[in-house]
Amino acid sequence: MALDRYARQRLFGWLARGAAALVVAVMLGVVAVTIYRGGRVFLTDPAIAVTPPGSRYMLEGDGGFLHAVLGSIFIVGPATVVSMVLAVSTAIYLQSDYSSERFADAVNMFLNVLWGTPPIVYGVFVLTVIIAVGAQTSLFFGIVAIAIFQYPIMTRYTDEALRSAPETVKEATYGLGATRFETALMTVRAALPGVVAGIVMGFARGIGDAATVLFTAGRSTNMPGGPFEPATTLPVLIFDQAMSFNAEVRSHAYAAAFVLIVAVLALIFASKLLAGRYARFAPGGRHS
Amino acid sequence: MAGSTGTESATDGSGRLDRRLLVERLSSYWLGGAGYFAIALFALIVLTLLYQSLPLLSEYSVVQMLTTSNWDPAQNEFGFLPAIVGTVYVTLLSMAMGTPIAILAAIYIAEYAEGRTKTLVSSLIDVLAAIPSVIFGLVALIVVVPLVGDYVAPAFGSDTTGLGIFTVSLVMAIVVTPFMISLSVESLEALPDELRESSLGVGATKWETIRSVLLRAAGPGIFSAILLGFGRVFGATIVPAMLIGGQTQLPDSLFATGQTLPTLIVNDFGELMSLPLTQSALIFVGVMLVVVVWLFNFGAMLVRRRLQRRWQY
Amino acid sequence: MTESTDTTLITDDLAVTYTGNRTVDAVEGVSLEFSANRLTAIIGPSGCGKSTLLKSLNRLHEIQPNVEITGDVRLNGESIYDTDEPTPEVRRRIGYVPQKPTPLPLSIYENVAYGLRIHGDYGSTEELDERVESYLRKVNLWDEVKDRLDAPGAELSTGQIQRLCLARSLAVEPDVLLCDEVTSALDPISAETVEETLADLKDEYTIVMVTHSMDQARRLADDVVFLYLGDVVEANDAESFFTNPQTERTKAFVGGSDTAASGATGGNERDDHAAAAGTDDADGARTDPVRAER
Repeated sequence: MALDRYARQRLFGWLARGAAALVVAVMLGVVAVTIYRGGRVFLTDPAIAVTPPGSRYMLEGDGGFLHAVLGSIFIVGPATVVSMVLAVSTAIYLQSDYSSERFADAVNMFLNVLWGTPPIVYGVFVLTVIIAVGAQTSLFFGIVAIAIFQYPIMTRYTDEALRSAPETVKEATYGLGATRFETALMTVRAALPGVVAGIVMGFARGIGDAATVLFTAGRSTNMPGGPFEPATTLPVLIFDQAMSFNAEVRSHAYAAAFVLIVAVLALIFASKLLAGRYARFAPGGRHS
Repeated sequence: MAGSTGTESATDGSGRLDRRLLVERLSSYWLGGAGYFAIALFALIVLTLLYQSLPLLSEYSVVQMLTTSNWDPAQNEFGFLPAIVGTVYVTLLSMAMGTPIAILAAIYIAEYAEGRTKTLVSSLIDVLAAIPSVIFGLVALIVVVPLVGDYVAPAFGSDTTGLGIFTVSLVMAIVVTPFMISLSVESLEALPDELRESSLGVGATKWETIRSVLLRAAGPGIFSAILLGFGRVFGATIVPAMLIGGQTQLPDSLFATGQTLPTLIVNDFGELMSLPLTQSALIFVGVMLVVVVWLFNFGAMLVRRRLQRRWQY
Repeated sequence: MTESTDTTLITDDLAVTYTGNRTVDAVEGVSLEFSANRLTAIIGPSGCGKSTLLKSLNRLHEIQPNVEITGDVRLNGESIYDTDEPTPEVRRRIGYVPQKPTPLPLSIYENVAYGLRIHGDYGSTEELDERVESYLRKVNLWDEVKDRLDAPGAELSTGQIQRLCLARSLAVEPDVLLCDEVTSALDPISAETVEETLADLKDEYTIVMVTHSMDQARRLADDVVFLYLGDVVEANDAESFFTNPQTERTKAFVGGSDTAASGATGGNERDDHAAAAGTDDADGARTDPVRAER
């Protein structure tokens, strides 16, 4: 009791403010450094994002990193679609119309474990499968790995969103003679802002993750040739370039990071707009 | 005439109903499959990894591998201790740095900030939680590494290049903090205002209300947030791989270079894949990661249940 | 109101304004006197600013954004707004019990001990035990909970919780107790027990109670304030208020049954008020769809 109650209240008030200020400052610093360092490289020669890599790209930085940009798009895009379909289906099944509370709790426990599982484990798992079936690392397996990684994240968010949709929507829809499936679709519609937020969260995590694709997509330094040819993604490329001894290659890492961060920020911004639009149809739904 | 139209529309209607019921039946098969997918996926991952680590487990004793520190796959020496110690150091250190800051910042956003500032700060932190960790690693290479190497480590009497356990912990703390903040803010904001009114209504100060009432009531949620943050640090791969220095020996200080379990996989997987025993050893690392995550989740579930009962409102 | 010899709480031209998307005057220039050791009921239709008026009596409205207060509130002659006294001290002297039965996330015992511990006004653990017991007795709860004082407060029934809330508020020995529709969230039987408790307490404490039930006001109140669309229509001692209403509106309100009265006096204006205020009846709506765990 060295401090009186009011001094203590002031002290902790300032500590809380200070902590928030520190976090915001550090975060803005990270974004600023990325945009400044990356922007300098990227804006002097924006073409590197759409130029295929030269033959000695990882050694001398000739050409650009179009292969990683395309790799990211063709891996994370399909993975998100696959994962989204699975996640929404699972989440619908976990609602009270389809399964018991016990079952939903059990599945949620597994989903939590999967969510907490380090992405590198998914990478190792898919690689093990690749070896077992005698295939080679490729774009396709990158998609598989990312989809597995995104699935628990999207499912947990979607499940929460569906649960928070008002019961009245369900009652009203059943009251019109709708089937269970038709009602489920209406519930998804009512919970759409939350569902969209969850999917975007999964997409953002997927597009930024390197550990899952490191061993599964092939870490290729050439343009992707097809679904069963090796590929790479921006985070993997940045990881590889950052460790390079060649200054030119390292500078490309910042340019790639610039592209990645702009893409992620744009994506989140777009999703906020989208969620805001759908929020009109969501009774009691939260703007996220 | 009237009768025939009636029958016609009825058949039409029942055809439509049949179609809807078919959709209902087919969709329920699909959804049922999806419902079991999480369990199937988990079982598949665990079984595959376990099966693939059998070659290693049949040759060496687990206890011995976990407690020895010689790691040299080319010589068939599999001591996981350095990587385990490195992982424990990194996890504890970053949670120690990140958790108090995260909780305080969450308190600020949920209880102190108002109006535009609140919207701005909380959406900023939500957005920043989505920044890929590889970017934090990249920025850390030019900012944190020199800082630690030139100032922080010398201040503690250590001499390093700046790569090492402390650097990784600091950067991982930065990576997971926004993530823990958003989840904690959600649980604090979900609390009913009556709790605040009740506590303030008997003359508690704002801080007393936060400490004795709100942090308890939101405790299970905050606990989960911290646990998820823990999981992310524990399994972090890219940032440690970039910043830890990759020395497979027991770290002698917090500023020493080292190895974590995930970086072990990253550093050795590519080149040593051809050796079946090495491959098995690295897959076994995956098993260890899964087991620890599983144990923690299970333990957390029990703790959370207890907290929820104890601190219900 | 009545003769003000031992008046304790006075509002002086108190006005409450919501300054959200559009400005709404919830309560306009109210001057009232709440007499010592009497129970004053503030009645009126839902959404007419009763709750906010009540909260402004101990500055609790300050935790909500977009609420502005003008005028003054004085306790025993001293302003609670224009003062150096810290707000928590004000709220210790003027306690508040919310509408929704709200146990703190503590044990039954600690719920009552909470305020005592905060203010540090107890000598020994034995004394704390005694005081907790005496306040639990005061709200007729002791016999029901004495065997499980360590159980979470939330495991009691809603009626018991509401009495626990009363005990918690009384434990810090407030001069005035503000009760916000404390029976409206309860089933009729629990409501009756809480009412009985209030009836027991009103001789010892100065209680200001918001209610929308005319019958409840009739049963409990010593004085009545009738608030309609932010204005005080009539304030009088209960007997005169009910037997000899001074205004037409009071006559209509008192004369009709509860539901008819609130329906008749409400109408569109009332709905507007409720929507703009958003605090009166929409409590507890802050649930969050995405939580990490359940």
